[in-house]
Order: sequence, then structure tokens, then C-alpha cells
Amino acid sequence: MDKNFLNAFPILRSKMNGQPLAYLDNAATTQKPESVVRSICGYYGGCNANPHRGVYELSVKATKVYEDARRKVADFLHAGSPKEIIFTKNATESLNLIAYSYGLNNLRGGDEILITIAEHHSNLVPWQRVARATGATLNYIYLSADGNLSAEEIEKKLTRRTKILAVTQISNVLGLVNDVKTLAARAHEVGAVVVVDGAQSVPHIPVDVQDLDADFLAFSGHKMLSPMGIGVLYGKKKILEEMPPFLSGGDMIEYVEEQATTFAELPQKFEAGTQNVGGAAGLSAAIDYLRGVGFAQIERIERELTAYAIAELKKIPYVELYGCEAENKIGLVTFNVKDVHPHDVATILDAAGVAIRAGHHCAQPLMKFLGQNATCRASFYFYNTRRDVERLVEAIQTVRSVMHLA
Amino acid sequence: MLENIYTELIAEHSQSKENRRALANATIKERGHNPSCGDEITLELEVAGGVIADAAFSGAGCAISQASTDMMIELMRGKTVDEARRLAELFIKMIQGEVTDDEELEELDEAAALKNISTMPARVKCATLAWHTLDTAIEKFGGDKLAR
Repeated sequence: MDKNFLNAFPILRSKMNGQPLAYLDNAATTQKPESVVRSICGYYGGCNANPHRGVYELSVKATKVYEDARRKVADFLHAGSPKEIIFTKNATESLNLIAYSYGLNNLRGGDEILITIAEHHSNLVPWQRVARATGATLNYIYLSADGNLSAEEIEKKLTRRTKILAVTQISNVLGLVNDVKTLAARAHEVGAVVVVDGAQSVPHIPVDVQDLDADFLAFSGHKMLSPMGIGVLYGKKKILEEMPPFLSGGDMIEYVEEQATTFAELPQKFEAGTQNVGGAAGLSAAIDYLRGVGFAQIERIERELTAYAIAELKKIPYVELYGCEAENKIGLVTFNVKDVHPHDVATILDAAGVAIRAGHHCAQPLMKFLGQNATCRASFYFYNTRRDVERLVEAIQTVRSVMHLA
Repeated sequence: MLENIYTELIAEHSQSKENRRALANATIKERGHNPSCGDEITLELEVAGGVIADAAFSGAGCAISQASTDMMIELMRGKTVDEARRLAELFIKMIQGEVTDDEELEELDEAAALKNISTMPARVKCATLAWHTLDTAIEKFGGDKLAR
């Protein structure tokens, strides 16, 4: 089966620095299968026109590609209606849309926004700005020793003053899966709106927004086989309908007069200007591909690779692992090599054909909480193999001698 | 490729503690950092009569950024501020691949050993951090004032 995946991803058979590529930076972005690339070419080669506007056949075709993709995403996330699916550029834009359109208009001094210390900057910085603009307070749920959200912290910090709970479903640094369903139920008891950052979860585990009872959920297409530049915001219809537009301009209006405008209905109200229809076509093909592989298989492969990597790295005395004791972990391993900066580790691995991420992973407050300036991160997708993990481990074993430390 | 980058000289400079300290009489203190990777240094210079009498730094980062800073500190001690800026410019040009002539680079002394970084675009920022910081520091303070 591994071999079949490689055939669908020509880039995985390419070389890096003269070595076969072991691509282990999937939490940053994933590679694209040929079917996705074909769907984008197919759209631009045969269906391209501005959707929603033209009355001619080609524009109708483009509209169909775009709206079919929306229906597919709605079905994929188990949303109540395609009207609840807003296409954006990526998860960052989706989260900003919520912060600016919902946050700025519904919060005031004395209110609280609750996030976790493990949030990516995209689910953190917009809330800082909302807090500053509205006078609300931004609070953090800290982690227990095993890296999971502390139950005590949740009890203490989720109060009647909490108006928004914004939480990642899977941490991009620790790979820990948060029990968003239980958190959402608890947040709804105190009347808070629940925002879920699904950037690291939607590509890897089945996500049912109605089962989670998420009020909003954001994800990026490029982290799940799709092209860059297409993302999704899911929002409950009732809440989205009450929100003002985020961006305004073409295609999101009903009537425009000199001094006033009435806005289009959902989802167009939030999609100003010409949209990324080619990207939506790619996302649609990516969902087909992922369904073909099946999430049961995706989860199984990634859990196996993660467990194997942790077991092998634990055998190396000078490797320090972070958040690797918890059970509910998927998809990635975060570590440091003693006395070597992560960037030097990444450069040495690069020379061996192994692509990993080094740095703060857009989560500086979490790095500070962990007491690290930076870490290395190897992140997996279903097309990775045990051989990729072996090559990671072999390359790490050379690091200290390259640095003249051994 | 790696042995041309992670040489013993660079390992030594990246681990050296000698220039990692605070100056009692610092004329200029300047913080430099690469937001994309988190490399961070604070540069301290003691300038008297237009000459860098002493220099030191503190910070954390990769071996390349730390070795480069350490080498720069050693090169700058005893140089005039104008000379320092000229050398910083030369170093940055070397890393950007604009100056390749070894003879011309001789005056960078040990720092010329970082020449190979010019073939590694992902690490250029690491090597140039200290030198940009030095340039900014002198500029901010007012190079003319220091020269007097």
C-alpha cells in the first residue's frame, strides 16, 4: 500500500541534496497527489470563468465547480448546510474573520476570551487584538506535566465571563488531541461561543462539527493535500447570519446605493471579490483522495509512525522529547538534540535528505511555557513510511559528531 | 557540504564563552533577532574617540549565528566605527555572494570562514544577524558622534 501512495505523489520520489527525500514537515504543508494537480489543471484548462456573475455557459460551469466543492466540504465536515461553509485563503484568514466579525462586535470590557497556551499564533494574535480593541481580557489554559490541557485549569478559567473559547483540536507542536467535544459542552454551559482550530485535525482525523457542537471551525486546504490559498471557515448558520461582513466589495452584496448597501445571504456575504475556484476544485479532489485512503487507515498509519519514532528516539540518550508521554497523540514528534540548536539539526538532516521543521513553530508562548527557545519537529502523513522514520533516526545519530561534540 | 559549514573553527567560536558577557562601560547596546527562527543576540560596544575599545554579546541561537557573532566581536575590537561599518558591509556582501575574491575577504580574518554560507540561502540570516545588528547600532547612535 505504501508503494501505491508514492506513485500518486511524484515529489516523494524526488531527491533532496542527492538523497531520496524523506518529507517529514507535513504539519507545515502536505504534498499533493496527481489527482489534485489534475483537478486544478482541469479547472483552468476547461472550466475557467468568473463564477456567480456571467450568464454564459462557461461561467455557469465555474460556478458549479465552486459550489460542488462547497457541498463536498459541508458533507465532509457533517455541517448542517453548505451555507455554513465559507471559503477563505487558509485557517489564519478564517480565524481572523471570526475575531474581527464576531469578536469585535460581541465583546466588551469585562468579558473574557479563553484560549490555550498551545495555540498557534493564528489562534492567538487575533484574540490579543480583539481583547485590546474591546477591553476584554485574554486568558490562557495551561498544560499539565504530560502536555494535556489541565482539567483544573479549565474548571478555574471557564466562567460566566468567558464569551469565547478558542482552542486547537490538535496542537501543531505537541500533536496532542484535545477533547474538544467535552470542552465545547462545558463552554456552552457558561454561554461561551466555541471556536475550533482544525488546521492540524481535519487532515488527520474524522471531524464532525455537529457532533463536536463547534460554533466555528477553521482549517487550511494545503495541510490536507490541497493547493495553497484555499481554506475553510465553518460556522453555525444562526451565528453567521447575525455577523457583519468581514471584507466587502464585489459579489457579497444585494443592493448598493450611494450611501448604503445591503449584503448578500450566506455564504456570499463573507466571500468578497473573485474567489479561488481552482483551489476549491483542488480541495474537492483532495477530499475524494482522503476518503479513498480512509481516515481509519490514515490514523492507523500515523499512530504507528509516531509510536515508532518516539520509541526509537527514546533510545538516543542525548535526544529530549516533548509531550511524548501522553496517549492521545498523533502525527508528530517534537524534540531537541542536547547542546545543538534545532536549526543546525535541521541543516544536518537536510544534507541527509530528511526535511523537518526547526524553530518556534508559530507558537512562541508555548515555547516559553516549555522553557525552550526552539525545537525540532518531524511530522507525518499517511504516505510516510517506517523507512522515513529510520532515516530520521540515522541522521539524528550523526548530528553530535558533525557539530564536533562527540 | 556539511564539513565545509560545521568546521572545527566554527564549532569553537559557537561554544566560546570569552566574549559572552556584559560590558561595564557600554556606549551602545543593541538587540538583534530573527523573528522567523528565534535567533537572538544583544550586542554591547564600548566606543572611545571613534574606536571600538571593547565589544561583547549575549544571546541564544544556532551555531552559525553564535559563531558569526563571536568572530565579529573579535574582528571589531580596536577598529574605528567607520572601519567597523565597512567590514560589516563586506561580510554581508560575502554572504550574499557579491564578493567572492579570497584576497579581498582576507581582512575579515576568521569570519571569512563563513563564506560557504553563501551557498545556503536558508542560513544566510543566521550568519548576517550580528553584522546587521552592529550596523544598525552604529547608525542609531549616530556614526558621526561616535567618530569624534
